[in-house]
Amino acid sequence: MRFEPALSPYLRPETGVGAVMREVSLALVPAAVIYFFFFGFGILFNIALCIAACVGFEALALRLRGLPVVTTLSDCSAILTGVLIAFALPTYLPVWVTISACGAAVLLAKHVYGGIGFNPFNPAMLGYAFVLIAFPVAMSSWLPPAIGDLDYVRPRVFERLTYLFTGSWPAGLELDAITRATPLDLVRTAVRDQLMLEELRSASPMFGDFGGRGWEWIGSFIALGGGWLLYRGIIRWHIPVAVLAGMLIPATLDSVFTGGASGGPGFHLFSGATLLAAFFIATDPVSAATSPRGRLIYGFGIGFIAWVIRKWGGYPDGIAFAVLLMNAAVPLIDHFTAPRILGRER
Amino acid sequence: MTSAPTENLHRLPGGLRLPGFKAQSATGEIRDVPIPKTLVLPVRQHAGSAAQPIVSVGDRVMRGQPIARAEGDFSTGVHASSSGTVVAIESRPIPGREAVEAACIIIETDGRDELWDALAPIANPLAATPDALLEAIGKAGIVGLGGAAFPTLAKLRHAVDAGVDTLILNGVECEPYISCDDALMRNQPVEILFGTRIMLTALGLRQCAIGIESDKPEAWAAFTEAASIEGDDRVQLVAIPTVYPSGGEDQLVYLLTGREVPSGGFPSDVGALVHNVGTAAAVADLALTGTPLISRIVTVTGEGITKPGNYRVRLGTPIADVAAFAGGYTEHAKRLIMGGPMTGVALTDDALPVTKACNCLIATGPAVRTSFEPERPCIRCGECARICPVRLQPQQLLRAHRYGAGDTLDGLGLIDCIECGCCDLVCPSHIPLTQSFRDAKLARRIDVYERERAERARERFERRQEREQTRADAQAAETKRLKQGANPDAIAEILARKRGAPDGDDD
Amino acid sequence: MDIVSAIAVLAGIALVAGLALTLAARTLKRDADDVVERINAELPQTQCAQCSFPGCRPYAEAIAQGEVGINRCPPGGDATIAALARLLDRDIIALDASLPPPAPPGVAIIDEERCIGCARCLPACPVDAIVGAHQFMHTVVEDLCTGCELCIAPCPVDCIEMVATDDDSERAA
Repeated sequence: MRFEPALSPYLRPETGVGAVMREVSLALVPAAVIYFFFFGFGILFNIALCIAACVGFEALALRLRGLPVVTTLSDCSAILTGVLIAFALPTYLPVWVTISACGAAVLLAKHVYGGIGFNPFNPAMLGYAFVLIAFPVAMSSWLPPAIGDLDYVRPRVFERLTYLFTGSWPAGLELDAITRATPLDLVRTAVRDQLMLEELRSASPMFGDFGGRGWEWIGSFIALGGGWLLYRGIIRWHIPVAVLAGMLIPATLDSVFTGGASGGPGFHLFSGATLLAAFFIATDPVSAATSPRGRLIYGFGIGFIAWVIRKWGGYPDGIAFAVLLMNAAVPLIDHFTAPRILGRER
Repeated sequence: MTSAPTENLHRLPGGLRLPGFKAQSATGEIRDVPIPKTLVLPVRQHAGSAAQPIVSVGDRVMRGQPIARAEGDFSTGVHASSSGTVVAIESRPIPGREAVEAACIIIETDGRDELWDALAPIANPLAATPDALLEAIGKAGIVGLGGAAFPTLAKLRHAVDAGVDTLILNGVECEPYISCDDALMRNQPVEILFGTRIMLTALGLRQCAIGIESDKPEAWAAFTEAASIEGDDRVQLVAIPTVYPSGGEDQLVYLLTGREVPSGGFPSDVGALVHNVGTAAAVADLALTGTPLISRIVTVTGEGITKPGNYRVRLGTPIADVAAFAGGYTEHAKRLIMGGPMTGVALTDDALPVTKACNCLIATGPAVRTSFEPERPCIRCGECARICPVRLQPQQLLRAHRYGAGDTLDGLGLIDCIECGCCDLVCPSHIPLTQSFRDAKLARRIDVYERERAERARERFERRQEREQTRADAQAAETKRLKQGANPDAIAEILARKRGAPDGDDD
Repeated sequence: MDIVSAIAVLAGIALVAGLALTLAARTLKRDADDVVERINAELPQTQCAQCSFPGCRPYAEAIAQGEVGINRCPPGGDATIAALARLLDRDIIALDASLPPPAPPGVAIIDEERCIGCARCLPACPVDAIVGAHQFMHTVVEDLCTGCELCIAPCPVDCIEMVATDDDSERAA
């Protein structure tokens, strides 16, 4: 009797890329729900638009490169990139800004280098940095959370949609009246004005127990999603722990030595994209270091550089640039942190 | 005999917990497959040089009679598995990773299974000299029965020369589906222990550890009981955690002793000698009855077989006969794997014979992975490096092999890859990593060979150039000397001599 | 005035950088011999002279001088061109069309029935792979033959033939 030939091994692999990417995207759903609760439908609109834009650009790029479109898209990496960009961007952005971010992420960061697996830079962060530099005003327009006691004008849905599609608010609404500085902005200003953080926190209703109001909740749910991924073995502990250590250790030391005049570890942890970066962004396997020790160095570098940018740099949140800088260092890190092979000296 | 606590074990730096799939075949029973009409015995069923046939077509042979002799130091012989007549010595397809044909001795059995009368048990095996023992093992065609089929004589001789002190018996059997060692340990623990004692005593080894995987409690119990008959203070039972590939030779040495077998080396380089439990049983059988290696236990299993279990098979039996005795195939049988599901070979034809290396036959359905899944680019997730038992980085090896940096493969440890297959199982992109590494190893061997050849040609060319240059220089010097003209005084002298000899007598 | 000072500063930086680079190029010259060795290491050492140089090393030297392209070695074929391109940071180009296409790997075999022992082939072999002497039977040592075919022409009785060998996977294993 004849049989089919095949190459060993003959057991089925447990996972696939598509399943992994989908699970990571789903881990952000609780955070997205909370985000919507505090900041309105903008996040959901963003997620939908970003997914559509990323998938669209990816399909275009695959078609241009002559690669099978549907098979490659089934790895769901474009969807995940879209979701991450949506979380990174401010919730109310003109649609062309959002689409530019997705285009930069998919085309510039991924396909120019050969597609998934070959990109040295994190696509979501490259997209974010691209629009941060190209559209600085739009990118600094963050709406405050919808918490009752904050005194500001809440635009209505129709007004928000108008802004999204035309880039301008209807007459009568001033940008200054709607947007507010983010907690990170406030801290920078406070530090410059030599205010003590305690005074700032009690003075401004923007601050919750740890970081910014609303933001702490979102951060917590992002961390929950990250914890789920750790439990499932989809990400490993090295990068998240290292990123948080790289940010929180200097932050703690700084807070101690300046006697509370700068953001402490709790603040940094729950502000900006710290938790998102630790669990979802820095853990992008393609652009991260690959050996265990290398990942610790990589993660710590991201956390540390982000903290440095937050403290002394020109941008309130330095995560994107920190990630991109460490991406550039990855080949060097990998070269020097290769594990010792069993049976060899090195 | 004592048992060692598991805390003393070292930890493998990787490996996977795999589903066992052993329940169906590990009943503890061993059934004998009837002698087939035709035995097909390849002259090379082992790693090393093929044996030389010492019978001719038409010869009558008996069970246990040697029919092929070892050729050189790294070889072993072949014996007739039953009595009959040699009907042909010709090239036939043999089981292996590539579809090749090789010389086989074909015996038509007469059904009488008569024993060869010149079989020689070892007298006083526990007091035998190493040389006597090695000679007997060499003549008996014994090879490692864990699947690698390394000639046992060569291995023991190397070990004696290297001065090993620790014998390790491999009862781990870590690969899923396979349970032949388990069956042997449950049925013949006394023989295994006896064979162990022979090897220990005759080779002057200090100690022995028998590694048994923790999923084999019956085997453990059988050994503990057997110790009361054949116990020895030098032998220790050790439970090994059920992690694949703990049963790999280098891995087991590391687990039990913490010593790392050097890259490209052998366990004997770190003072250890590893044998499969089946090999020990074969040595015991040889010592007691003089029987050479003519049969082995084969696990026949999988959803494609009606009666999975362990069967004792005469070497040379066609696989089809074994499958038929095991109840035949079910409708699920799409693939026939010789060996385990991680390192085995998918055979295309069941007319192939059972050889010394065949420890398991899995008839399985399409539930097993196909090779046609879309392979995606590597996403550098690093899972493969996390579970590699040798601490290699398969993602780097793949990149170096596929994208042209072949010369970095040596530094990345390509030759240390044991081809266990763990990396394939965890890769989310479904890349056939193990096969790529097999290809890469061959490409490296060819590249090294070609470079050595080129280097040799270059040396010969340069030496030749030097030689030609020296010759040309000497030639030029000579010509120059001649062209310069002879010494006028010398010419005058010659002329004077000539004038002094008018009969034209030249000097 | 600002623009003038800006231009002056940039020009000054450019001048200093240019001087520094020129200095580096002069003093940190790549060891010439080293380059030739490395080029030679990528050549197949067939010593066949099809590249129009009397051996692989002269060809390597010519490449190092920049006198000739990296695509003149038929026995090396595309693999050698690619290796040289990577080594010297040049473009990968096709094998020079004026050269004969790469022959399949093979060795020279002397037909002993026809060999007259004239020893004309011995000096022709660049790697001394032919064993023999005047009036004695000649034979090619297969292991040393590079397949350069230089021995075929000198033979007056045409007793040397090229025989294709299997690819090296058998011999290397």
